[in-house]
Parts: sequence; structure tokens; C-alpha cells
Amino acid sequence: MSSREAILGRIRRSLGASGSDAPRHDAVRHHLHTTPRNVVPARGQLPPAERVALFCRKAEEVFASVVRLDRPDGIPSAVADYLRSRNLPQAIRRGDDPRLAALPWEREAQLAVSTGASAGADLVGVSHADAGVAETGTLVLTSGPDNPTTLNFLPDHHIVVVDASTVSGDYETVWADLRRRFGAGAMPRTVNLVTGPSRSADIEETLLLGAHGPRSLHILVVG
Amino acid sequence: MTPKPRVGLFVTCLVDFFRPTVGFAAVKLIEDAGCEVFVPAGQTCCGQPAYNSGDRAGARALAEQVIALFEGFDHVVIPSGSCAGMIKVHYPSLFAGEPGWTLRAERLAAKTHELTAFLTDVLGVGPLPTAWEGTATYHDSCSGLRELGVKDQPRKLLAAVDGLTVKEMRDPESCCGFGGTFCVKYDEISNAIVDRKAADVRSTGADLLLGGDLGCLLNIAGKLKREGSTVEVRHVAEVLAGMTAGPAIGGAKR
Amino acid sequence: MSGAPASATFPKNARAALANPPLLKAIAHIEETLVSGRRRAIDALPEFEALRDAGRDLKAHTLAHLDLYLEAFERKVMDAGGHVHWAADAAEANSIILDICKAAGARTVTKGKSMITEEVGLNAFLEGNGVRPVETDLGEYIIQLRGETPSHIIAPAVHVNKEQVAADFRRAHTDLDPRRNLDEPVSLLAEARGVLRERFLAADVGITGANFLVAETGSTVIVTNEGNGDLSQILPKTHIVLASIEKVVPTLEDVATIMRLLARSATGQEMSVYTTFSTGPRRPGDPDGPEAFHVVLLDNGRSAMLGTEFEDMLRCIRCGACINHCPVYRSIGGHAYGSVYPGPMGSVLTPSLYGLETSAHLANASTLCGRCESVCPMRIPLPKMLRHWREKEFERHLTPRKARLGLAAWRLLANRPRLYGLTTRLAAWGLARLAGKSGALTSLPLAGGWTKWRDLPAPEGGTFRTEWAKRGRH
Repeated sequence: MSSREAILGRIRRSLGASGSDAPRHDAVRHHLHTTPRNVVPARGQLPPAERVALFCRKAEEVFASVVRLDRPDGIPSAVADYLRSRNLPQAIRRGDDPRLAALPWEREAQLAVSTGASAGADLVGVSHADAGVAETGTLVLTSGPDNPTTLNFLPDHHIVVVDASTVSGDYETVWADLRRRFGAGAMPRTVNLVTGPSRSADIEETLLLGAHGPRSLHILVVG
Repeated sequence: MTPKPRVGLFVTCLVDFFRPTVGFAAVKLIEDAGCEVFVPAGQTCCGQPAYNSGDRAGARALAEQVIALFEGFDHVVIPSGSCAGMIKVHYPSLFAGEPGWTLRAERLAAKTHELTAFLTDVLGVGPLPTAWEGTATYHDSCSGLRELGVKDQPRKLLAAVDGLTVKEMRDPESCCGFGGTFCVKYDEISNAIVDRKAADVRSTGADLLLGGDLGCLLNIAGKLKREGSTVEVRHVAEVLAGMTAGPAIGGAKR
Repeated sequence: MSGAPASATFPKNARAALANPPLLKAIAHIEETLVSGRRRAIDALPEFEALRDAGRDLKAHTLAHLDLYLEAFERKVMDAGGHVHWAADAAEANSIILDICKAAGARTVTKGKSMITEEVGLNAFLEGNGVRPVETDLGEYIIQLRGETPSHIIAPAVHVNKEQVAADFRRAHTDLDPRRNLDEPVSLLAEARGVLRERFLAADVGITGANFLVAETGSTVIVTNEGNGDLSQILPKTHIVLASIEKVVPTLEDVATIMRLLARSATGQEMSVYTTFSTGPRRPGDPDGPEAFHVVLLDNGRSAMLGTEFEDMLRCIRCGACINHCPVYRSIGGHAYGSVYPGPMGSVLTPSLYGLETSAHLANASTLCGRCESVCPMRIPLPKMLRHWREKEFERHLTPRKARLGLAAWRLLANRPRLYGLTTRLAAWGLARLAGKSGALTSLPLAGGWTKWRDLPAPEGGTFRTEWAKRGRH
């Protein structure tokens, strides 16, 4: 008997159940199909403007920096401003995400923009989040041909654009959106929920930013 | 005239042996609140030492003794959160599969109360006519606090004591390290725990430590005394009943 | 680490810990960091108690259908192009992982922080078979350099101070400039980040654990703060996830519920920095991510806990709150427990995983104060289960002779009220006489465990029952 059968058999014996027990199958099918919500905190259940304000506040609480922009075409200059303010070279790496590709990068003549996955040499990565979650100031980033996951972790500075209209009050709204876009029960290879820059408190419980991932997380909220 | 409620006092083995004053204080408090108090002579131990040592049969034998002695009263009152918790929370589980005994255990559990909870929650007593001049701090014993929710009741009663101020510890809810047989089985660890508790007591600057469980109080008093501290330690019932003429726990005789 | 843990020598281990001031100083930090952080985070979320109920209920539902959710999870992983392996015990898990490493031609593997790989002793096994495992979580990296095991499930190096870390780095990082300043945590972190960055980029296989396995989507989920778990899994060609079977949850909604409990209970964060869902290998057109994705599902005694008094333990989400709040852990730290899992959760789990014979001390070394249960986000009745282990110990006659005799004597007395009354009356009178005016005893034969550390307050004199009878009361 394979270990698979042995383990499943032991579980069923311990539970006093059989593998073909219809009510148990129904309960599982029902739960997976209806994906019921459990307790959702009231904190994020706000009108749009206040929701976005909560998102910004929560992100700043966890040491992200946040800049609000009215329109997407202001993104390149906001990126250049950030680099200047941090004394960083005018160079970024980004994915080919159409929301980023369509921006007027040429307006920032000094800014060198490269695209694609990171091999570890880039100081600054720019990504577009699919959503924000106001509840905890969390960004939601999904992987795909135009959205390398390495950009979220290897560069020292991570600049993330998020559309204010995609900032939800809770994670459950994000799940519903993922199901709508990728199909029920399906996910992109990687979904990163990012809440602040990388940190560690492993040495004498001293909180330090920039453990292995980005030392700083800069969020551009558009709209 | 309605007859007075009949209260069975389970005095606990520690109070019986170490500090009868606590028993008399409890009697006074309950009688002053309008009840008739009985102390069944056959009482010994609630069985918790056996229960917490894995000896269910031993615990069960004592539980039967307690149930038989006390099931006839309107209420059973205990000046200890730990023993009250044993009866209220754990007795019914000792008789799983025996409906007769389970029912008797559950009935007893339902009318069993820790002393300060009985006075406030059941009898609704108001301010007690008593005084104690000074600052006290209050240790929340683990079983009373976490099994029975005893937290505000003693503080409410103490707030009305003339001249008494309560100054809280940084962490009044942390264990004192007594833990029944734990304190002798793992005495070095127990010592490290009570060391922190004693430091917390001292840092309040209070001259009196109060609590509702004699086990914890013996432990903390013993530690404070060894450290040469002058903080007095008493069971909360002694202060509430105004029975503080005698020496404090572990205190020298005058 | 696999095999018998060092729990049998618990009293000796504890004594050594109590005589180790730097260790005690390090553990004392837990109060102002993890404990007060948790309090603040919970106070800021009015729904926390309701979430605890929801978390408990959803885990109970999952455990009652564990076989079916595991099968659903397996199907989804395969649908996404991943592989699922089932391991009955530690040895099988290790050999499955080694086979995958060999097939990938791996010489080094990077590891995200994972208690389950500690449980199976994966590092020693891989090293013994020519594969070099590199721990990448800062705390795990430090203890790997020191040749130690974690002393805390979420803060593995909590027992180490920065001077020790600096010495370890100077010893292990042979090309480190001796003039380099390593006095502060920030410079230590920078040094580790530099060294480990090269390891990430060079690794052939990445191994992580999982906080959740999502049956709905076939995703494995890791929750981390440093980002090392992510670098471990997106850079190498192969990603292996080792997870125990009780990590499965039904849906993303269920993950959200436990997420809201986990970080708050663990570190006082509202959300850990990185919560990453990994579903299969990289997709066509993806510019990065692993080309192969393996999930190893480990049982190692868990299926046998289902349907027993220890089933509730399978709700544990490894937040460490019980550990942080335990007065015993706070006195001796984690290593004294002699097991991968310290503190209350460890004392319940260790006998299940390694046998009661070597670990009976753990369940006894508790005051049963109940603070663990009061802070457990999954409402696991830890004291009840510690007591169950004491019952098993008693039933199997493993209880030490001295304790058995003591219990028997107490039972004999307490069941005979007259004899009890006589004995206690004499003893109380004797002790009171012995103490005299001082009111306390500074030493007492047979009570050395007590009087070595504290005075024994003396009895007042007569027992309550005799005094009561004297007053002619009923």
C-alpha cells in the first residue's frame, strides 16, 4: 500500500469515516463551491475615499512611504522624484505590464527604464499591484508574463503603483476578484500580499528593515 | 419570612491546615450577608492534586466524597478559585459515561462559587463596613481568573474598604509559580517564576499583597519573607471581614 | 534531530538554562516586544474574539473532513502542473526530498524558515547525503552556523545575543574583513544579507514549509517578514514544499480568517510582510519562478491524533503565543524542552511525535496556569491536553515512584476524614511549634524543594475544623 493510501486510510479510521460517505463529500463540495465568508472586520468597510485614506495610513504604519497622484501620467515623474529624494541613480527595472508600459516614461529624460525579471543587480524595481487592502495597508501583486515576481524581492527599493479604485476594504474582495479574473479555484503562479518593506527582528528582537527583500517600499496611489 | 439560604462552606485543605482565619473570615462574610453557614465535618480535599497528577480514579473518589457531603446545600462556597474551579469546571468530566454521577456533579457545579464571586455576583452585597489603612496589590490566581472569571469581584469589594487603596502590579494575571505539586517537582523553575512575581509585588510599593487562593499566597509570602521584604500577605477575605488582628501569612507573631 | 529528542533530561536542561544569565536576559525581551505587541494589535481589532471562534470552527470542520480536503488539494496541485508526494514519517519525507534534489542535480538548497523541516531533521539528512542546505531566515541562519536548533518557533535565535552573532559571522564568513564593524544588529543584518544573497542566486533547489495548503486552489502559502522564503522559492529551478497534513484549509476565505489571527498572535503585527500563495510551477511565458513544484505531505503521527483527546492540537497554527506567555518558557527558554517544539504547544505535541517515554517531564513541567489557552488564537485547550498526558503517564505507570507514593498516601488520608483530621491536627500543631514566634520555617525535611528557595509560612496552630468544632458549630 502506498503512503498516500495508508495516510488517508488512517485519517478515515481515526474519524470513523469512509471515503465514499456522501454527506461528507457534499459538505466539502458545498464549502469549496460557496466559499463562505467568515468574520470580516468592520474596519475596512468604508466609502471609497475613506477606504483609500485608511489604506495609506495602514501602509505608512508598517513603514511604507505613500504618495497620492491624481493621474497615471504623473507616475514617471513621481518615480524620478523618489529616486532623487533617496540619492539613487535614475534607473529602474519594471515588468511589461500594459498599465506601466503605457506611461510616458520618455518625459523623464534622465531615467533609464529596463524591463523584465531581475537577476539581482537592480537597485529599484517598479511593479503594478492588482489591488490594495485597506484593512492592513496590504498590496496584492500577481505574477504573469509581464509581472516578474523577482522584482518584488530582489531590488533594494520597490516602488509599487496601485490604482485607488482597486483598493478594497478586505481580503475577501480580493479573492472574489481573483476568481473573476482567473476562474474559480484557479490562481496565478504567485500571489504576493505585501505589507510594508522586508523586516527582521531576529537579532535581539531589534526591528530592522530590509532583511532579504526590499529595504524600502514606496507606494504610488493613483486616482 | 423567607428562610436564610443554606451555604455549605468548603474550607479547602490548605485553609484548614495553614490558616483557619481565612475560614472564619469567610463564615463571617457569608453570615453577614444573610446566609446560614454549615461546615460538613467530613470534608478533606477536593481531589485536585490527584486530578492534576493524572490520577483520575483518585480524584474521582474524592469528588464522590465532596458531592455526597455538599449536594444538600443551596450554595457551596469556597475561599479558593482553584478548588472552586475543580468542582465547577472539572468534576463533571470525571464521571463521563455515568449519567447518575454526571448529573450530581453538574448540579453541584452549578451551585458552587468562589467566595468573592458569591458575595458580589450571587448575593449582590454592597460596601462592607470595614477598614484597612494602606496600599494593597492584588494577585489574580490562575484558576479563579481563567476558569471562573474572578477578576473584578474582589476589586469591587476592596474598593469599598475604608482607607484601602489598590495599586495594580504590572502583570497581576501572571502565574506565581505555585502550580500545586509543580512547586516542589520543578522547584528551580517555580522559584524563577515566583521571583518575578515577588519583584512585581515589590515594585508596586504596596504594603499588603492580597489574593483569593492560599496556595499562591503561601508561595509568594514565603518568597517575600525569604527576600526580607516587609510586604504583608493576606487572603482577601481577612481584610474584607476585618479579621487582620493576627499575624499575616508567614508573619512573625507579635 | 529526528529520533528521540533531549526531553528526557528536562530537569538538567532547565537547571543549565537557569544558570545562563545572557539567555535569561534575551528571553526577558519577549515581554516588551511580542507580548505587548500582541496586546496592542488585539486591542485594535474588535472582531478578534469572533475571529478566534471562526478559526476554531473552520479548523474543526477541516479536520472532520481532512481526507477529502487533502484529496481536493492534491487534485488542484496536479491541475496546476505540480507534484504531490505523501510521506508517512520523517524518514520517508527526507528520502522523497533527497530524491527530488538528486534528480535536479542539486548541490545546494536554500531553505525558508520551516519548523517542519526541523521536525524531520532534514538538514542533517541532506548534509549526510551530499546536499548542502542553507538556512536563509536570519534567525535560522544564525543557529545553523552555531550548530544549534531553534529555541522558539517564530524567533529561532531569541536566545542568542548580538555579540555571539558577530563572533559566529567572523568564524563562518572567512573572507570577512576583520576590521569590519559588527557591533550593531543593523551591521550584522547587512553582512548576512550580502552573504545569503549569493546563496539564493546559486541554489539549485528551494525548500519551504507552508502555513496553509489551500484545497480550493492547490496553493501553498507561506507567511514571512524577511522575504527569504520568497527568494528561496522563486530563484531556484525547483521548489519543494514540505507541509504536514493538518495545514490544509478549505478556501481563500478561510486563509483570510487565520491570517487575521496569526501575525497578531505571533508578533503583534496586523499582517506579516509577505504572505505568498504559490500554485504550481511557472506558467508559459512567465519570466521567473520555479520550473518544478513539489509538495510533500507529511503525516508523522498526526493522523493518529485525530479522534483522540489530542485532536484539538491539530488546530495549531504555530504562532508561538502560548510560548511567549508561558511562565515556564519565560524562565528557561526553548532548548531546555529538548524538542523542536518548546513551550505549551511543544509539550503537547512532543509526546505525540516522539513518544511519552522520553518526554513525560514536559507535560508535568507546567503550573497549568491556563494563560496559554487564554491567548491561543485557535482556542486549543492546552492545559487539558497536558493533563491528558499526565493521565497517560499515570495509566502506563511511568509516573516516578516518589510521586506515586505521595499520591497514594494523600489518597489514603483524604478518603478517611477522621484519620485525615487527626494527622493534619498533629502536623499543624507540630509545624506551628517548630516555627515558634517567627511564623515561618526556613528549612524542613521532606520539603527541601520548597524551603530551598522560600520560607514556608507556618500553620496558625489548630486546624479550621478543630477550631470550628471547639466553638460548638455544625
